[in-house]
Amino acid sequence: MVKGVEFILNRKRVRVETDDERMLLWVLRTDLALTGTKYGCGEMQCGACTVVIDGKAARSCQTPLKEVAGKEVLTIEGLETNGSLHPLQRAFAEMGALQCGFCTPGMIMNAYALLMEHPTPTEADIIGGMEGNLCRCGAHTRIVKAIKAAAPEMRGGRK
Amino acid sequence: MKEKKGFSPGRRRFLKGLGGGIFVFFAFGMLPAQERPRQGRELPADFNAFLRIAPDGRVSCFTGKIEMGQGVVTSFAQILAEELDVPVTSVDMVMGDTDLCPWDMGTFGSRSTRFFGPPLREAAAEARAVLIGLAAERLGVDKGQLVVEAGVVRDRKNSGKRIGYGQLGRGKTIERHVTPKPSPKRVSDYKVVGKATPHNDGVAKVTGRATYAGDVRLPGMLYACVLKPPAHGAKLKSVDTSAVEGDKETILVRDGDLIAVLHRYPDGAETAIAKIKAMWDVPRSDLDPKTIYPHLLKVAPPGETVSEGGDLKAGERLARRTFDATYRDHYMAHAAIETHTALASFKGGRMTVWASTQNPFGAREEIAAALALPAEKVRVVAPFVGGGFGGKTFNVQAVAASRLAKLTGRPVQVAWRRDEEFFHDTFRPAGLAHIGSGVSGDGRIVSWAYDVYFSGPRGAGQLYAIPNHRELSHGHYTGITGAHPFRTGAWRAPGSNFNTFARESHIDMTASSLGIDPVEFRLKNLGEKRMAAALTAAAERFGWKKGATPSGRGLGVACAEDAGTYVAAIGEVDVDRTSGRVRVKRIVCAQDMGAVINPDGAAAQMEGALFMGLGQALTEEVPFKGGAVLVKNFDTYEIPRFSWLPRIETVLVENNEVPPQGGGEPPITVVAASIGNAIFDAVGARLFDLPMTPERVKEAMAGRRAKS
Repeated sequence: MVKGVEFILNRKRVRVETDDERMLLWVLRTDLALTGTKYGCGEMQCGACTVVIDGKAARSCQTPLKEVAGKEVLTIEGLETNGSLHPLQRAFAEMGALQCGFCTPGMIMNAYALLMEHPTPTEADIIGGMEGNLCRCGAHTRIVKAIKAAAPEMRGGRK
Repeated sequence: MKEKKGFSPGRRRFLKGLGGGIFVFFAFGMLPAQERPRQGRELPADFNAFLRIAPDGRVSCFTGKIEMGQGVVTSFAQILAEELDVPVTSVDMVMGDTDLCPWDMGTFGSRSTRFFGPPLREAAAEARAVLIGLAAERLGVDKGQLVVEAGVVRDRKNSGKRIGYGQLGRGKTIERHVTPKPSPKRVSDYKVVGKATPHNDGVAKVTGRATYAGDVRLPGMLYACVLKPPAHGAKLKSVDTSAVEGDKETILVRDGDLIAVLHRYPDGAETAIAKIKAMWDVPRSDLDPKTIYPHLLKVAPPGETVSEGGDLKAGERLARRTFDATYRDHYMAHAAIETHTALASFKGGRMTVWASTQNPFGAREEIAAALALPAEKVRVVAPFVGGGFGGKTFNVQAVAASRLAKLTGRPVQVAWRRDEEFFHDTFRPAGLAHIGSGVSGDGRIVSWAYDVYFSGPRGAGQLYAIPNHRELSHGHYTGITGAHPFRTGAWRAPGSNFNTFARESHIDMTASSLGIDPVEFRLKNLGEKRMAAALTAAAERFGWKKGATPSGRGLGVACAEDAGTYVAAIGEVDVDRTSGRVRVKRIVCAQDMGAVINPDGAAAQMEGALFMGLGQALTEEVPFKGGAVLVKNFDTYEIPRFSWLPRIETVLVENNEVPPQGGGEPPITVVAASIGNAIFDAVGARLFDLPMTPERVKEAMAGRRAKS
């Protein structure tokens, strides 16, 4: 049923009036016009829709809006600060860790949560943590390298 | 410059609305008039791409090619920057817009750099000559005395005499048509081409700002879901739409065979379509993954010759040993992460469609035909495309969106859900290849009879220096009526990705039977130097140590020529003898793709193709029963993921003597064969069927070969 749901989106308070059973993915992409978060499968099987909710990676395609009430949601659009790229964004762009780019926002958001949890990840941590994110172009080798490269900068205070 | 007679829609159409500047028109590859001689529509006769040098000095290149991750938005910009002597950051690529760009046949077949690169380079060099000519007039200085740096032309002897490219037009429009001629610039003088250059779409893609078809928003737009039959070939018997009729939020559209619900939210449309109850007549079919092969052989047309040489019968008489085998391949999905998507808007008799397509001009024709509109009234724009791999060449979703937009008068988005993507895909076809070969006493292949069914001729031609051979291709990957239970089409290196598996498995089996090292055996039988050099480069990087197979090491070799590129791979695997699971530990791939524009981009394409090939080799198979596709999502269609990641090493064999060749497809052709051969080397069991699932590996180890 239609309800007003309030949450923090990319560090700003927002209120959405809509059916609170709707999935966050569609609310982001339509009601809030944030199209960086992508639809890939609708069943939590590809990770293209990954956002970060209270510091944890979440698949927005299966997250009902009501579950984010009062929480902090971070999407790819909220990762830059003062117009400068986040270390993960910079590493992905500079190291060519993308091709078609469609899975990229989900990859980066998933990696962000991964690095919050494992500030000094091993290669196995990265591979294990990224396992649920699919990339059809095959940028995996470079994605692992980019996450490794961004880790020290994130530890250095750039969240 | 005067317009030629019958030259419409000509340059004028493209110049409209672009403001002033210097325009340079040129042609590459086949011209529209040659490609589509009987199309009945007027197409530009003498150009299919053009450059604009704007008054601010920025260079734009307008081409109907699209960017889907293969990196041409960067490599084309590099070529232009190099030849025009401008910074790569001042070049903009305007791609895949049927109103702004001249006609193009589509983006596939590793053709973009191969066919567009050299003329682009030549046209840019000619454009530079035009610009220098204009500068000489303006500065009153002899052309030979002028040099260009970062888009500024100056007098070598008097650096005060200088003028930027942008100012040469004096705000007016200047048009030139150039015939590309070889560039005078030497490869050794290159500053931009041949150097690793970061993707110029990188920042847009890491910030979420890159626009894909599904990200375009228009006021009043609606999201549609289209009723999907349970199987291909099913006919609608009856439909009960009463559950959505009372819903004020939902618009129901029924137009012939098209039944759709439209909603202001995509999820609203998805909920509504699920409420529609339909009864279907599903045609009876016994086709399934087992019966498909005898069926395909039964309906196969006579073979068309791909290549032949010598006398096959004489060759067979020379043979000391003969080898006979059939290789088989299953249906595969493209499974790009972006599903087919389109947004259509019909206004003032004109249809504008933003579509995820490899083929915007083809989409325009499909839409125009379906809606009985003149093609001039249809504009298709391909923004960034989220992966294609050959799957985005038919535009069913764009036609559906256009029909719905025209019927409702509202902008309408159609974006397939994942199960629809797995249903409407033009699958890579199941296919077979039969090889009968013979080897002489001194280890040379002397006869080779090759028949491929439905996979297509690409890659079937003879790679080795075999004196007596003939290669026939029966049917094509696009299928024939009655062959496949659903539509089939191109899939990254179509034909080649299976023909290479068959040939290279067979070569490996032969080498093993003769007790000869598989690298040595190939080098002995290869005639083409570029191929031998690529194989040698791969073996060197791998640290290949001689040994006949099966050696227990789990190493496999494969070679191919594809899209003008010579490619070789060596794979290393572990096989779990209990479960049959194969783990690929390392792949080394070397390719001679001629001159390389962006080495980093080329390496990225190779890495991607090699990784994608793991799926073809090990897991990807579309289960079906008749026209019903039994896969709905990634849980039942397993594509490669992070945990599969082998150590991937790529080697670019330097060859500046040959113009740039294909890059994104060739490496995928050698993956399955190198892995199959590595499995044989590990456990002594030969696999004849793709994908090499744990079950098939166990069957092969138990000696129950699928050989037929």
